[in-house]
Amino acid sequence: MSVRRLAEVQPESFEFTPENRAWLDAQIAKYPPGRQASAVIPGLWQAQKQHDYWLPQKAIEKVADILGMPYIRVLEVATFYTMFNLSPVGKYYVQLCGTTPCMLRGSDEIIKICEARIGPQGKVTDDGLFSWLEVECLGACCNAPMVQINDDYYEDLTPENFAKLLDDLAAGRPVSIGSQQGRRTSEPQGALTSLTEFYGADGASGPLSAPQQAK
Amino acid sequence: MLKDQDRIFQNLYGYGDWGLEGARKRGAWDGTKVLLEKGKDWIISEMKASGLRGRGGAGFPTGLKWSFMPKPDAARPSYLVVNADESEPGTCKDREIMRNDPHLLIEGCLIASFAMGASAAYIYLRGEYIMERERLQAAVDQAYAANLLGQHNVHGYPFEVYVHHGAGAYICGEETALLESLEGKKGMPRLKPPFPANMGLYGCPTTVNNVESIAVAPTILRRSAAWFAGFGAKNNAGTKLFCISGHVNKPCNVEEAMSIPFRELIDRHCGGVRGGWDNLLAVIPGGSSVRCVPAHEIIDCPMDFDSLSKLKSGLGTAAVIVMDKSTDIIRAIARLSHFYKHESCGQCTPCREGTGWMYRVMQRMVEGRAQKKEIDMLFDVSKQIEGHTICALGDAAAWPIQGLITHFRPVIEARIDQYAANPHSDPVKVAAE
Repeated sequence: MSVRRLAEVQPESFEFTPENRAWLDAQIAKYPPGRQASAVIPGLWQAQKQHDYWLPQKAIEKVADILGMPYIRVLEVATFYTMFNLSPVGKYYVQLCGTTPCMLRGSDEIIKICEARIGPQGKVTDDGLFSWLEVECLGACCNAPMVQINDDYYEDLTPENFAKLLDDLAAGRPVSIGSQQGRRTSEPQGALTSLTEFYGADGASGPLSAPQQAK
Repeated sequence: MLKDQDRIFQNLYGYGDWGLEGARKRGAWDGTKVLLEKGKDWIISEMKASGLRGRGGAGFPTGLKWSFMPKPDAARPSYLVVNADESEPGTCKDREIMRNDPHLLIEGCLIASFAMGASAAYIYLRGEYIMERERLQAAVDQAYAANLLGQHNVHGYPFEVYVHHGAGAYICGEETALLESLEGKKGMPRLKPPFPANMGLYGCPTTVNNVESIAVAPTILRRSAAWFAGFGAKNNAGTKLFCISGHVNKPCNVEEAMSIPFRELIDRHCGGVRGGWDNLLAVIPGGSSVRCVPAHEIIDCPMDFDSLSKLKSGLGTAAVIVMDKSTDIIRAIARLSHFYKHESCGQCTPCREGTGWMYRVMQRMVEGRAQKKEIDMLFDVSKQIEGHTICALGDAAAWPIQGLITHFRPVIEARIDQYAANPHSDPVKVAAE
C-alpha cells in the first residue's frame, strides 16, 4: 500500500469535453442498467488524459456525478489505483519499471539517468517537460529494462539509448515506441527460433509474413 | 521439439497480420459454428479430455472450471470474465496474444461462453496495456463488423464482448478482486465462498479465466483434445507460452511443449545462460510468486506443474526469471518484497503489516545489517502470513523469502558476517518480535 493524497493546489472546476463526455456515455452502455459504476475507472482515466495526465478533485467529483456515485466511493477508487496521478506530472511522464526482471537487466543504470537528467522522483522539471517515478512490474519482462512514457512502452533500454530517447523527446524529435534496439516485440534477438516455417528466420520471408511489416 | 504447425500462437511476434483476415489465414474463426453445433457437453468434455490446466498460475483444470457454471437462468445472466490483468513480475505472454493474435482470444470467448451459457464476456486488461487495449478493441470491432459477435451473429448464439481495463493494481489479478474492480470498486478480494461460479460479477454466475486458457480453446477443439494432450508429461498437457527474462543471452517469449527440460528451453530459444551454464545461480520458474530454485536442481528439470512443485516451486505463469552468478540474490528477492508491500491491498492485517515488515528486514539483510537469529524470525513471520489472508497475495509475498532462506541461507549469513567484520558507528538493529 502507499499513501496517496490529493494535490494541495487544485483547479476550481473540471468539465469533460463534449467528445470525452460522449465517449464516457458509450462506456457506460457496456454495462447492464444500474451498473454504471463499472465505468468509474475508464471515466477517471479519460478525465486524467484530458487534464494533462493528472486527476484533480473536481474531476473525481464530476465522474461521481455522472455515474451517480457518492464522492467518497470515487475518491477511494482514485486513491487506490496507482495509475491515477493525483498531482501534476511532466509533459513526458516516465514510469520506470524497477521490479526484479528489469533490475536484473540493468534498470539501476536507467534510474541513475533519470536522477541525473530529471531529478528526484515525482518532481516535475522546471521546464515542465519531465517527471519520473519508479513503478512496479509493467509486464514487458522479456524486453527489460523498460519505461512507459505517457501511453507508450519503450523497451530494451541501455543508458545510451535511454539518454538519447529523453533528448529526442525534449527536442520534439520523432521517437519509435517499443524496442530501442530494433527488435520486433519479444522475439529472440537476431533470428527467430520458432515459427520459421511461416515467417522465415528473419520474419519477413515466409508465406505468412505481412509484406508491409518487413524490417 | 515442437513443430511450427503445432504451435497455437502462430503470430506470436507480430510478423503477420493481427487483423481478421490474417487470423483467418492462420485458421481462426474456421468452422466455429460447427464446433458450437456439437453442443456444450461435447465442448466441456473435450476441454476436460485435453488436460488443459489454467494458464494464469494456479493450474486448475479449465474444462472442470467451466463445468461448475449453473444452468442459465433468465433472471441471472452468466458472465465470462477474462483475466488480462497480467502483472505477475516476469510475465508478458498475454500481451503478445492481445496485440498479435487477438482473434484467437475473441473466438475463445465465444466458445467458452457458449459452453457455460454466458451471455457476455468482459476482458479486463491491466491499465498500462494501452496499445494492447486499442488493438484488442479494434479486433473486437472487426469481429462485430463481420457479424461474428452480437445479438444476431452468424453463429446463432447471441453474445457480446466488452473490453474493460484497470488502472494499476496487481491485486486485481486475483479473480474476486478483479470482479470488485470491474464493478467499480477498490480491488479488494472477496471472501469465498460464495465462489464466482455462483455469485460473481453483479451477483451473477461468473467464470474468470486467463487470456491464454481462453485463447487456446478454439484450436484445441478444432484439432482435437488428443492432439493437445499429446504434448507434455501426464497431467501437464499441452503447449505453453514461456516468458524468459533475466540473465539469458536472448530473453524472449516462446511457445513450447510443456515438460520441456529447462536446459533445452534456454539453449534452443534464448541462446543459453549469460556466461554459460556454469554461471547459472538460480531460477524463479513461474513468476515472482513462486520459490526460487538453485541451478543444480532446475537445470534438467522438466518445465511443468508437477515437476516444479516437487521442487517446492511452481510453474505459475511460466515466467522464467533466470539469475546468473553476478546476481545479488538477497537484493533480487528484497525487490520482490518491495513489490508485495506496494501491491498489498491492505484488507488483511497479516499481509498489510507483514509485507512491510518483511521488506524492512530484507532491506537490512541486503546490507548485512542484521543478526543471524533474524533469519529464523523472518522465516517464522513469513509462515504466519502464509495461509492467513483472504487471497493468495500473502502467500505470494512469503514464498520468495522462504525460497531464499531455504536455498541461500549461507549467503545471507556471509553478508551479515561481512557487515559485522567492518566497523560501523550505529548499532545493528533487531526486528521487533
